[in-house]
Amino acid sequence: MRFPILSVIVLTPIIAGMLILLIPSDRKNVVRYVALAAATIALLLSAWVYFSYDISISGYQFIEKYNWLPQLGISYYVGVDGMNAPLVLLTGVVMFTGVLISWGIDDRPREFFAFLFILASGVFGVFVAQDLFMLFFFYEIAVFPMYLLISIWGWIKTREYAAMKLTLYLFIGSLVSLVGGLAMYFGSGKNTFDMIQLSQANFSESFQIFWFPFVFFGFAVLGGIFPFHNWSPDGHVAAPTAVSMFHAGVLMKLGAFAALRVGIMLLPVGAQHWRWLILILALVNVVYGAFIAMVQTDFKYVIGFSSVSHMGLVMLGFATLNKDGLIGSGIQMFSHGVMTALFFAVVGMVYDRAHTREIGELGGFSKKMPWVAVAFIIGGLVSMGMPGLSGFVAEFPIFMGVWQVKPIIAIIASISIVITASYIIRIIGRVFFGPISEEFDHHVGDVTIKDKVALTILCVIMITVGVYPSIMSNLVSSGVDRILSLFGGA
Amino acid sequence: MVIGSFEPTMVLAILPEILLVVLAGLILAVDAIWKPETKRNLGWLTAGGLLVVMVVSFLVAIPQGQDRLIFGGMLRQDWLSFSFNILFMFAAAITALFALDMKGVGQKGEFFVLMLISTLGMSLMASAADIIMLYLAIETTSIPMYILAGFMTRDDKSTESGFKYLLFGAATSTIMLYGFSLIYGFTGQTNIYQIALSFYNLQFPKIAVIGSLLLILVGFGFKISAFPFHFWAPDVYEGAPTPIAGFLSTASKAAGFVVVLRVLVAIFTPSVAPDWINMLAIVSVLTMTVGNVLALVQKNIKRLLAYSSIAHAGYILIGVVAISQLGLTSVVFYLIAYLITNLAAFGIVVTFSQVVGSDEISAYSGLSRRKPWLALAMMVAFLSLAGMPPLAGFVAKIFVFAAAVKVGLIWLAFVGVLNSIVGLYYYLTVLKYVYLFRSDDEDKPLTISRSYAIALSVLVFGIILVGTLFGPWFNLSTKIASSLF
Repeated sequence: MRFPILSVIVLTPIIAGMLILLIPSDRKNVVRYVALAAATIALLLSAWVYFSYDISISGYQFIEKYNWLPQLGISYYVGVDGMNAPLVLLTGVVMFTGVLISWGIDDRPREFFAFLFILASGVFGVFVAQDLFMLFFFYEIAVFPMYLLISIWGWIKTREYAAMKLTLYLFIGSLVSLVGGLAMYFGSGKNTFDMIQLSQANFSESFQIFWFPFVFFGFAVLGGIFPFHNWSPDGHVAAPTAVSMFHAGVLMKLGAFAALRVGIMLLPVGAQHWRWLILILALVNVVYGAFIAMVQTDFKYVIGFSSVSHMGLVMLGFATLNKDGLIGSGIQMFSHGVMTALFFAVVGMVYDRAHTREIGELGGFSKKMPWVAVAFIIGGLVSMGMPGLSGFVAEFPIFMGVWQVKPIIAIIASISIVITASYIIRIIGRVFFGPISEEFDHHVGDVTIKDKVALTILCVIMITVGVYPSIMSNLVSSGVDRILSLFGGA
Repeated sequence: MVIGSFEPTMVLAILPEILLVVLAGLILAVDAIWKPETKRNLGWLTAGGLLVVMVVSFLVAIPQGQDRLIFGGMLRQDWLSFSFNILFMFAAAITALFALDMKGVGQKGEFFVLMLISTLGMSLMASAADIIMLYLAIETTSIPMYILAGFMTRDDKSTESGFKYLLFGAATSTIMLYGFSLIYGFTGQTNIYQIALSFYNLQFPKIAVIGSLLLILVGFGFKISAFPFHFWAPDVYEGAPTPIAGFLSTASKAAGFVVVLRVLVAIFTPSVAPDWINMLAIVSVLTMTVGNVLALVQKNIKRLLAYSSIAHAGYILIGVVAISQLGLTSVVFYLIAYLITNLAAFGIVVTFSQVVGSDEISAYSGLSRRKPWLALAMMVAFLSLAGMPPLAGFVAKIFVFAAAVKVGLIWLAFVGVLNSIVGLYYYLTVLKYVYLFRSDDEDKPLTISRSYAIALSVLVFGIILVGTLFGPWFNLSTKIASSLF
């Protein structure tokens, strides 16, 4: 038998989480090293999957399938293709860097890492799932640890409110999708949750048009689509650093990906029917999110709303339903994941030392933490879509795709690039340059070596994808071809 | 199916029930002999004895081949009765473990005897195939429960609880008995399956059929604490000794549902009385909504769990309403999952209040710092109640909703979905106290005796097992559900 690499990736975090719970609570360093070891395994294996995926064969690879409940056609069925392989890698990267950055957590680190890893298993599981039931199963596993992670280790002022708001929003979304998923299961008459078979079920047009909004928007809540994005900035801001990274970096992609995988791929006619609505809502995300980000005074809220804006681009790319747009979305999910993880890591590092996130009070941090400043500037350039970095590789095809559908939307959406530049440059100027206040001059020090390693990894990935885009675009393109074939053409 | 004459194998079929009586007698005898300081072992004896009975059941009473009526049609030996007997005994054994350290409760032989008699009643409820037998079984279950709920005679709340339970129980069971007598009047039969035949053949006026069904549902509604017969539950749970509250909300409720299934599926088939489906759908919606909404404002954890168990009755009713193979399977699966989960939830409350002496939710502040393992068990139980994977409650809910979607009751599935979100809110609120809030007592030790540790570990393990490897449980549920038809 082949080495079950995907199952190992999915199960490593949760098993490590259980092991961590068995460690006595005062052995905090043991907990951290076990966590790091597990994260390293997950990272290496996900990188292995990413690089050994054979583009020339295409289709789903590394497939494993076990019966879970054959009477109802439920199976444990995993596989990767060009669309989800980058997301698996992204999760590995964020998990690894998240552990490095959370090294300093001192309040019950055992529970923290255990919950974080349960979350990570859920995320991996959704990305590789080829069975609808399994997807829901892991989707919920990915959602509920969030509540505890935010409410226990989060920012004391808003954590209770934000954690509950986030959990309820996401739970409503997922259950609404669940009913849609069950309708598909019974509507197909195939007695299977296997998504590859469901995609060939030829649901009637009226069925698809009725159910598509439930399924798509149910998941898109987690993707942060307007007007259901409200939980996201609050959640991001209240969450502890590693959780914000996970949350904005990976979980929002989980929503977007599931909306694509279940909504668009299983109900293509419905997608075509409703695409105008998605286009408009995503456009609102992009522009409105950017404007709101511009007026925030809290560093973390700026990044939180910029996520809303960038996730809008992903949805916009989905709604094009053409090759350029979908390739762009695929890369944008990865690129934004890495970028936003970096941003939140930086915010966390600044906040840990300055104990404030008010942009007006900060200043001159590049003197104290040059690595962080450089990393943030690189991330900022990615966010603006600067050529040579991953953001450009992602956003340019999205705009190309949107242009083919409706040029006016592309034009309006491109305003966001300018606004993004304005708020990013404002942060760079205010936080990292300019005079440093007396108070910070004394007690703010540089970041630890682990923090630097994490930042470096994230930056290197963004630059690599930027200067050598085919490392990712060919892969994503092979996945997109398969999606387009569902629409009766490549 | 014919009502056969007596055969010796019939005794084997009810051997578990006979052994329950023997065990109860043994405990009474031992109780008289043992010294007060060893009385605590009565709980261990009960739990161990029940374990033996369960093993014996597996050896002799497992249904083979065709379902059959035994003892002149009084009982039916099938997978439904067998499996639920085991479940009730399991619940009783766990309850005995939870009760044995409870002051003023666990050291008295009569407590365990009454509990065993009540378990016997439940077993008979699950296998009764005759309305007279059914009524006797329901009373055998209820009467010891009235006493047990009011067992702590020095405690006003417990006394109130017992008395309230008695009044509600007596009132509803007379109404149910009236319904039974109407059915007997119409058909001249007492056997459920004979009644079904005459209902089917004789075409009674609809009003008569629905009327008698309504009267019967009053009694059943009380047992499963469905709206509008749920009022007793919070008060009774709050006042009763906590292990008994747990037993009431799990085994007794499951027994109620078994009877509902048997009677509804056998007698009131959709062709005889099509209206009850819509009626019960409305009851289901009201039950879960009332349960969930009222749970939101509770300050006492036992009352919260009482309202939550009302809400769960509503979810289970979704599966009953979606009457079909999948619907009934989902009901049985839900009952199994719910029984384990809710026993665990009440078990944690028992464990905690033993040491801390309070049932207020705010008393749970700082529990995760005080006793991380207990906090974790509590998280598992509550998240399973909320329907989160990889725990039993998640799969159970999905099956119930799936059954509703399958028969086209999509609106009902959505009502269920919205309700589970309300549910999630209050379960998470409790966990917030456990994990987030701090308290001054954080450093005080919280010792858990071995019986609690064993019982809770078994339950937590069970919750995760049913939630992940749900295949065998689903197959069992399918087998049980098909024995209804």
